Formats: sequence, structure tokens, C-alpha cells
Amino acid sequence: MSDSPVIDSVSLAANTPDVAQPFALLGLKDDEYAQIREILGRRPTSAELTMYSVMWSEHCSYKSSKVHLRQFADKAPKSDALLVGMGENAGVVDIGEGWAATFKIESHNHPSYVEPYQGAATGVGGIVRDILTMGARPIAIMDPLRFGLADAPDTARVLPGIVAGVGGYGNCLGLPNIGGEVVFDASYGGNPLVNALCVGVMRTDGIKLAHASGAGNLIILFGAKTGRDGIGGVSVLASATFGDDGQPAARPAVQVGDPFVEKVLIECCLEIFEQDLVVGIQDLGGAGLSCATSELASAGDGGMLVWLDQVPLREASMSPEEVLASESQERMCAVVAPDKVAQFLAVCEKWDVVATTIGQVTETGRLEILWNGELIVDAPPRTIAHDGPVYNRPMARPDSQDALIASSANDLARPSSPDELRATLLQMIGSPNLADKSWVTDQYDRYVMGNTVLSQPEDAGMVRVHEDSDLGIALATDGNGRYTALDPYAGAQLALAEAYRNVATTGARPLAVTNCLNFGSPEDPAVMWQFAEAVRGLADGCQILGIPVTGGNVSFYNQTGSTPILPTPVIGVLGVIDDVTRRTPHALVGDGSLLYLLGDTSEEFGGSEWANVVHSHLGGVPPKVDFAREALLADVLINSSRDGLIDSAHDLSDGGFAQTIVECCLRGNVGARIIVPAGLDPFTFLFSESAGRALVAVPRTEEIRFTDMCAARQLPFARVGVVDVLATELEIQGQFSVPLRELRAVWSATLPALFG
Amino acid sequence: MAVRVGIVTFPGSLDDRDAQRAARLAGAEAVPLWHGDPDLRGVDAVILPGGFSYGDYLRCGAIARFAPVMDAIIAGARDGLPVLGICNGFQILCESHLLPGALVRNDHRKFVCKDQRLRIENASTAWTSGYATGQEIVIPLKNGEGGYVASDATLDELEAEGRIIARYLDGNPNGSYRDIAGVSNAAGNVVGLMPHPEHAVESLTGPSTDGLGFFSSVIASVLSSTLATAR
Repeated sequence: MSDSPVIDSVSLAANTPDVAQPFALLGLKDDEYAQIREILGRRPTSAELTMYSVMWSEHCSYKSSKVHLRQFADKAPKSDALLVGMGENAGVVDIGEGWAATFKIESHNHPSYVEPYQGAATGVGGIVRDILTMGARPIAIMDPLRFGLADAPDTARVLPGIVAGVGGYGNCLGLPNIGGEVVFDASYGGNPLVNALCVGVMRTDGIKLAHASGAGNLIILFGAKTGRDGIGGVSVLASATFGDDGQPAARPAVQVGDPFVEKVLIECCLEIFEQDLVVGIQDLGGAGLSCATSELASAGDGGMLVWLDQVPLREASMSPEEVLASESQERMCAVVAPDKVAQFLAVCEKWDVVATTIGQVTETGRLEILWNGELIVDAPPRTIAHDGPVYNRPMARPDSQDALIASSANDLARPSSPDELRATLLQMIGSPNLADKSWVTDQYDRYVMGNTVLSQPEDAGMVRVHEDSDLGIALATDGNGRYTALDPYAGAQLALAEAYRNVATTGARPLAVTNCLNFGSPEDPAVMWQFAEAVRGLADGCQILGIPVTGGNVSFYNQTGSTPILPTPVIGVLGVIDDVTRRTPHALVGDGSLLYLLGDTSEEFGGSEWANVVHSHLGGVPPKVDFAREALLADVLINSSRDGLIDSAHDLSDGGFAQTIVECCLRGNVGARIIVPAGLDPFTFLFSESAGRALVAVPRTEEIRFTDMCAARQLPFARVGVVDVLATELEIQGQFSVPLRELRAVWSATLPALFG
Repeated sequence: MAVRVGIVTFPGSLDDRDAQRAARLAGAEAVPLWHGDPDLRGVDAVILPGGFSYGDYLRCGAIARFAPVMDAIIAGARDGLPVLGICNGFQILCESHLLPGALVRNDHRKFVCKDQRLRIENASTAWTSGYATGQEIVIPLKNGEGGYVASDATLDELEAEGRIIARYLDGNPNGSYRDIAGVSNAAGNVVGLMPHPEHAVESLTGPSTDGLGFFSSVIASVLSSTLATAR
């Protein structure tokens, strides 16, 4: 038996050009491999091949999406608030009083199907490190989740694991979970969506960037040791389609997280930032050290030399390729000036965090990696991190799209009698997508840190930035795969409009956008068309609303066999509120307050929850989008909050007015009497999903001021009822009434009955 | 001079800043204490906050109990130093044998976070004197391993001595024996509580301000014992 395997060094590679290399197994195409040989002027070493293959994977390189994503920059509206735009670990916006907020949403879809608990947990861990890397203290998380049908057998495996994973990791990090979504649709059955959003805050002068600059500065790896978990996760799991049997490639490709290590790492990093000990910093997520070293080096002003054998390992027998590809969690990489190293290591020691110098910044312009003295990587870092292949994938609007649109939901049989309307309302509020989600959200800590002002199920989550100030931020995420399937351009815009409206409903002014674009295979021209249309719609919408996209994530290959998921762009909007004590909750509280419906209601049932729940139908066109109206509505909601004109507000979206009024009543545990406005039939009034609408409760003393404001601004408004704190029922006058007790029983029974 | 309340930060403590804020809002001076430092910095009372100390490896609170700061706290508690353990802090107090019993995984096996109604059963301890016996309060509950268990003999003894300081109302959220939410030692200076009073100190961020009473109680208790000593 030989003592040690032969190291595939740069010199060996130069002398053995004809060695066959397993590039296809690593996910590289023939022409991509040829391109690597051309860049290097020789065959890559096995370590180089590892780095290129993970960094050129779809997940890391955005090779199919890049040409489209450029629109977010090209069409970006001017924003004085933007401090750091796309391209860094997360965008940063100025929120006033010397504070900056950084936020981003990411997917962890594929790992969460294979291993629900760990997949979801490490999804939270990864996005939190992205935020930390910017120099910010993470202050809240949100988690939009999508599953197969609620009663499908596999959902009973996947959902509890994912929810426990999100909670297990987030709760242990001490970050309040302030919102998200739980959506069920058959298309997610073999491909659940786990998106995770994190927001952090810092002083505006505390922003950190991922740059390795200044020759002689040292590269310090700190946090968890490196093991064999997650090897090739980005190329194996996130950049390929599951087989028809739903079986993924490999279990070890899912990382295993330890939130305790990350919690300690957060506190350690914040102390390091406070003492100003780093030149640059990068977290280790997908593609591990391959990503961190090549990205840090290519963003710097020189090169980098790495002594890879210095990396602390969990298993001594790991090969250099494995060390480079490992996606072990809870690791960070910092660039530290030599005179700060001792202080840096002292902070790490205080927190019992393992820290090791693994390299230094050089002037070579190259990324050089040594393994026991042998040179195993010698490449221009940019070619690994940024100069990957860019594809202009073929795209085509599928022929089936016309038939889908032609099958109008407006033609479906509707309830008409009061009894039928009542039964429809109960059927709707008890359906999995509209039912009470506290089975899920009660597993998340929403109180920790003591700054949570609003959390799930409010329209947006809201946190106070600092206890000595009333400044706050609000966040909402929304997405609607059904609308997007009918019209990808409009669907993405509707998601943006809803998240924007949700933020404004709480009284906060929308400021910036992040997005998580969940789609099927980019190699399918129909999927690529959906993607391109959604990106175009989103970029156009952000331009009109005047809020820039600051970052996000693309998740392709969300399909089982040849069947993709519903195209699901999930949009996160961040807003700012000067005075959190002015926030508007959605619970009805004020006795006798008048209920006003803002906006226009028309017969819009395409992609609606009513069509879904009652008819299992998806067809027609989604609701119309009118961004000018959305902006006006937002202005009115924000001003009303600031001036104390309303005591509650709730947007209208999935399920229409009926869902909104039920949630408002149940949240406040008070009744209401509703009058169907003139000119609307009861069914359309109750269940249409027209966009650009909100329900507000106006104290009687403020009615004139409120209606005068709406009239002056030409925002349509209609008085639709009154709050009655003594009433124990919701009454739709002339139609039907339902006791609150019955509403609550139906609404809250569904998820516990399904998941225990 | 303000009463000094020390709040220990272990690696993995999460609600330490919340407990500091609660102590300040009640009128005390909040003094951060570090797990690795046995110096209690002359504090008048100590809070062991919620969280997952040392990752809750092995068993909740099992490692924290051996932290250098705990030797001083255990010795102080035996001499009458008021000590409140919240959630993970309660688990640490049980592991330290300052309180009887143990806390086990919730009977429904899920983490639970909710606004919990409690009844204060004993308003004569150092940490509950600001309440009335029988008073009902609502404060957040959030735990994965909050089920209080002890032998029948121990439970009977706790009942007989009035050492069950709070009970859950409107349903038992975690399978705790006899709906126990908190207990005290015989002297009443050491209290363990599973729900989180430090999250109910501002109406903006909590379900109520009912939690403030725990912190104002200990201030009053420290001041009255100082007064008694001075006399």
C-alpha cells in the first residue's frame, strides 16, 4: 500500500496534459472544460478542476440568469438610500439616524427536500452569515415556505422537518422570526421551496466588504472546523434536477448545521467589527473555501497565497480537493493586517472560536494554493469567481399558454344564495393556504431581542432598530406561483405590489427590494421564458415604484423529472418607519370605527384562491397591476398611520375581502357588520382578488379628515361597515352572518388536523 | 444608589440583553457578568437568562452549571443572594441543585412560542413580592424543553411549602407536572421560571407589561433587606 496519494500539482498537470479528468461528473460541459484549459494554458489540476466546477455551477455563477438579471441594474431607479448595491453579499440601504440596514433572501430548496431539518436549518444559517459579513448585527429572519398539497403523504414528512429546522436554527441563534409564508400547491410536492430572509443593522460607517487588499495582510479562517459534509452541494444538489423517482444524488451533499457555533461566531464577529480588526471579510457558504478565496482575491488589489494544509479539519484524511469543496457550516474568512492579528486572535479566544491563519494577500495577481509545500492551484482568481460561462439560453413562450389563458376563471360556477356564500367563505378560510398558520409560527421565537413590534400574521414584520430610538424597519415577502404561471411578467409584478403594499399597510415607507427567483430547469425554453418575463416584470415594476433591487438569489432546477414547479418569484420589500409607536396592526380594536375599503374591486378570479379551493382550477389572466395606484394607496396608508387617522389596516390579497375581514375580526376578537357596497355583487365583493386594495378602520372622530384626504388624492374609497366590539359575529348584511367562534374553529383547525 | 442586578452571559445565551433591559426599566442598574469570570462585581441579585448555553449539548444547562461564574452564584444563593433563572436559567438552577426537579422535552415534542396566561401562586418570594397571590398575568412562553418534572414526594413538598410560585392557565403548554411554570427554593431567594417576564416589559414589544413585577420585586426585596441590615 502506498503511503499517501499522489498530489496532482501544477507541475504534474503541466507534464501530463493527456490525463483524463472527470469534469462531466463534476457537472462541467465539454466546452466549459475546454475553456478552463485555455485559461490555464494546460489541464487543470484536480484541485483547480474542483474549484472551477463548483464556482461555475449554476448556483454560484448565475450562468443562465446573468444576462437577464442585468436589468435590475440597468433599470435601477435613482435612490439616495442605496449604500451598497448588487454584487456584494447583501445590499445595504440608509434608513436614517446614522443607521443602515442590510437584507437578502436566499433559497435552500434542494437540500431541504433531501434532508428537511438540516436543509432548512442551514438555509437560515447561510443567509444570516451573509448579513453578518456586511458588518451588521442580524436582527430578524423570515421564511417563505412552499410545499406540496397539504394532505399529500410526503408533505407530512417534509413540512414538520422544515419547520423544525427553521425554528431549531433560528431560535438557537436568538433571532426573532417575524414573518414569511406557508403555501401549498401540488407542483411543489417533489420540490419544496425553502426561502430564508435575514435583515441586519449597523451604523452607516460600519459597512464591511469582501475584499482581500493590501499585500502582506493575512487570511484568517475562523469558526467551525472543515469536514466532509456538503461536498459539492451547489453543483450536485442545487444545479441539477431530481430524477423521476424524486431521488437526489447524494445524502452527504447536505450540510449539517450547529447553530450554537454560529451564535458564538456572530458575537465574535461583532466584537471584531467593533474593534475594527478586519480589512475584508467573507462567509463560507456554497462552494466553501473555493468561493471565499477566489471571491476575496478577485475583489482585492493583488493576489492571494493559501496554505491549504493549515485548515483545521474534522477528519485528517481529507484530500485538498475535499477541503476546497467542503460546505461545512459556520465558517468565516477574514483579511487582517499583521498588526491586528494578535488582537483578532484574542477576541476569537474569548469566544472559544478556532481561528487559523491560512494565507496572505500577495502582489502576484494570482490565486496560489499550496498543499504541504506543493503548488496545487495557480490561476487568475477572477476566472474562477466571475468569468464563468454566460449562457443566453433559448426561450419560448409555450404553445399551451394560450389555452391556459383562454380557460377563464370568471366563467366558473359561482355561489349566489346567502347560504352558498356563507358555505364558500367557511370552505375558503379553512383551506390550507388561507387557514391559520400558527401551527408553524408558534414554533418560532418572535420575542427574542425585545424589539419585535409586529410579527406573523401581520401584513409585515416590524422591528425597532435600537431601544433608544423609535426608528424601525418593516419587511414583507410575497409570491404567487399561480398568477405567475398565467402571466410571468404580471405575476412577478403582483408579488412586488403585494409586498410593497404589505409594508405600507403597517405604516412603513418601502425602500428597497430583494428577490428569490424559484424556477424549473433553465434548459427548458418554456421555463426560461417564464424566468425572463418575471425578471423583466420585476425590473420594470421596481423602476416605476422607485425602489431598487439590492440583491437576491436565483434557484433553478426546481422540478421533478420534466415537470417544473409553478414559476415562483418571491419578493421581499424593506421599508422604514420613523416612529414604530405609530405602526398600524391589522386587529380590529376601536369600537364603532368605520371600515373603509380603499381601491377598486372588479371581477378578477384568474389564479385566485377561490378558483383553486372550490374548482381546483388554474386559468385565465391574473389581476391587473397598477403601480401608480399602489404608490397612491401606500402614501395614504403611510400618512394615515403617521397622522393617527386609522386604528387598523389589512391588505386584500389571496382570498379577497372575505379573508381580510375574517383575519381582522379574529385578530382583534371583535365582530363587524359589513355592507356590500353599491355596484358590486356580493360574490365579487367577497372573493375577487383585485390588486391595489386595503381595508382600514377609521375612528369616527377622524372620518372626515380621512375621507377628505382620499378624495383630494383621488383614491377610490367605499364605506363597507363598522366595528362592533360587543358583537360576537361577522355579519354580511342582507346575506349571512357567522359567529366568531365558528370562524375561529374552522380557520384554526386545519393545520393541526393535518400535522398533529 | 440603584440596586445592581447582574445578568450572566454564557456562550449561547440569547435573552441576556432583554433581561438587562427589563432590569433597567424596573429601575435597577444592569451589570453584565461573564460565564468565565467568577467575579460577581458586587451585584445585589443575579439573573440567569434564557438561551441555549453551550449549545445545550449533553443536556440543557448541564455544562453551564460548571461555568466559573456558577461557583460564586451557587455559594451566594445559599447565603441568600436573590437568583432568578429564566427558561435556560431555570434549567441551569435545576442542574446546579439550587432547585429540585428537572426540565424535559415538551410532551408534544415541538418548540412552542406563545403568549401564556399564568397565576402567581406565591407572592412572598424575592422575585414575586410585587404581585398578589392569585394574580393572573400574561407573558411570553418559548421553549423546547420546558416540561417540569419531579417525584411525587418532591411535588407534594413544593406544594406544602408554597414553593410553586406560578402555574399555567388555559391549558398546559409543555406537559409540566401539576401545571408548574416556576418554583422557588425554601428560602424564597432562588426562583426558576420557564416563561419569559423579560419579554413583557414594554407594551410596544410584548403582549403586556406584566413581566416587570419580577424585576421590581427583587429591587424592593434588596432594598428592604438592606434597610433591615442598616437597622
